[in-house]
Amino acid sequence: MPVKDYLRLRFFPHIWCPGCGHGIVMSGMIRAIEEIGLQKNEVVVVSGIGCSSRVAGYLDFHTMHTLHGRALAFATGVKMGRPDLTVIVPMGDGDALAIGGNHFIHAARRNIDLTAVIMNNRIYGMTGGQGSPTTPHGMKSTTSPLGIEDPPFDLVELAKGAGASFVARTTTYHAKEMTRMIARGIRHKGFAVVEVMSQCPIYYGRQNNLTNGVEMMKEFRDHTAPIGSRKKVSQPDLIERGIFVDEDRPVYSPAGLKED
Amino acid sequence: MRFIQGNQAIVEGALYAGLRFYAGYPITPSTEIAEILSRRLPESGGTFIQMEDEIASLCTIIGASLTGLKVMTATSGPGFSLMQEAIGYAVMAEVPSVIVNVQRGGPSTGLPTAVAQGDVNQARWGTHGDHAIVTLTASNLQDVFLMTVEGFNIAETFRTPVILLFDEVVGHMREKVVIPEPGQVEIIERLHTSVPEGTNFHPYLRREDGRLPMSDFGGVHRYNVTGLVHDMWGFPSTDPTIAYDLLHHLVDKLENRADSIARYKEYFVEDAQVLLISYGSSARSALQMVVDRRKRGGKLGLLELQSLWPFPAETVREKCEDRTHVLVVEMNMGQICQQVKKVVSRPERVFLANRFDGVFISPADILRVLNMIQGKGA
Repeated sequence: MPVKDYLRLRFFPHIWCPGCGHGIVMSGMIRAIEEIGLQKNEVVVVSGIGCSSRVAGYLDFHTMHTLHGRALAFATGVKMGRPDLTVIVPMGDGDALAIGGNHFIHAARRNIDLTAVIMNNRIYGMTGGQGSPTTPHGMKSTTSPLGIEDPPFDLVELAKGAGASFVARTTTYHAKEMTRMIARGIRHKGFAVVEVMSQCPIYYGRQNNLTNGVEMMKEFRDHTAPIGSRKKVSQPDLIERGIFVDEDRPVYSPAGLKED
Repeated sequence: MRFIQGNQAIVEGALYAGLRFYAGYPITPSTEIAEILSRRLPESGGTFIQMEDEIASLCTIIGASLTGLKVMTATSGPGFSLMQEAIGYAVMAEVPSVIVNVQRGGPSTGLPTAVAQGDVNQARWGTHGDHAIVTLTASNLQDVFLMTVEGFNIAETFRTPVILLFDEVVGHMREKVVIPEPGQVEIIERLHTSVPEGTNFHPYLRREDGRLPMSDFGGVHRYNVTGLVHDMWGFPSTDPTIAYDLLHHLVDKLENRADSIARYKEYFVEDAQVLLISYGSSARSALQMVVDRRKRGGKLGLLELQSLWPFPAETVREKCEDRTHVLVVEMNMGQICQQVKKVVSRPERVFLANRFDGVFISPADILRVLNMIQGKGA
């Protein structure tokens, strides 16, 4: 099925800025679902609040656009209510790691069968460019005009530490790799985290001398390397891409804990 | 017939009404509800989950409700404060859900193990923005059971969050409760759409009677649910006409039916010169005082409110006509008393008998106030 057949075209045009990476991620999600062969009625997309969260409304699945940071909690209810459905949770970095940080680590700890696709653009875009928990040290935002002072979260390390049984990182530049990783995340039984580094040329780029989306995507190409690659060995500062964790662990299911 | 605790009566009522999904976080004095349900729900094929906080608890049951299940969470003051954000979501997205608040002393951590009724106005206005809400309460455990069932029925009928505002005394006291046979008390099931597969389903297109038939997530109709102002498709809109109509609908569907939602009991009201108005555990002491004074010829009556919001204004106005005094008995600084004064024709005749120090109000406490307003000294 063509990508557009998964979209609610009635609701277009979308709200994303020119050069934004989130549309690429949405397309990756669609292609992953297509690749797996899921029927539309088998998929629920639950999002929170922010630019990334608008993904939910544009997709022709059962969709829920909820509260800032709370998407994983709502998604937990949907999954427990209908364990047979595939529940995908698109989130942003502020959404998942600041206001939703508690829900994120507990979803990971439980190893509940959800797929979190986190679009990390390192900024609060919807509100106009404030620093987020993943804004790199020293970078500028509207709330850190001299450069951000507090250190960022490493999303992958956080997810690993909290117990996620599938953890991957990719970027919008690596679109095919992203589709493969999202598909692996959806197929994975347990809590899957796929971090997709996404570009925000308008609110992140403009304040940090990265003026267009293409240039920012080229940075993703140049500043990342596959896990364990020769490129990574020769340039240890590069951000690693790939699947960091893929383990078969007991999946959360209250019904499974019934006494004999 | 069972001899059980109030929190267990809530559980029995919820299960009788068809509760299938509970998410919660421990907090005194409501914890027993979660403890009992963690055993009972899986036994009956339902789902229990302990969440990381009260915010997540309410969000989780809202998600589960959209899959077609009857859902509930329970908490007390501090947890109820955390739930306000998601209460607004359930109001806006019109998701049937039941939220129990077994009240304790506040504000803040307050008096965790002591009784209070200080969350009456928070139940009404805790979440932001114009909205309407349903809040029920009860003073004895048979009524706790019944009001819990009613809460589920109202939540399903009007697609709204319903707050069951009990208190520490009601939650922790033990009394006889008769659990009705199945079918003895009416259970209202969710209204599902009859729109067939392949035909456009508008999740937020109201029928002529104002009701919105639902379609479960995972069913044949795919639609969007959002906390933003939305159109009939459930898609965000900033159109002023749509915003105006939606807010009116959310308020009118409950406020315009305040009389049909109103639940109350009357004791010796007919010829009462002094009318007491009370609710929850305070109504027990109010009733005791009325019965005691009646034995001595005093013409006292009690109007026990079992629905607090929408405020049963017509009922209260009517019952307060031609009384020499109206005495509101509650364990807060006059939250329902304010409402009564607002709706009666002679607000200067309305007085307050209250406690808010964590001590259960006694008939003697009420009598002292009555003596004062009748000029008999303290």
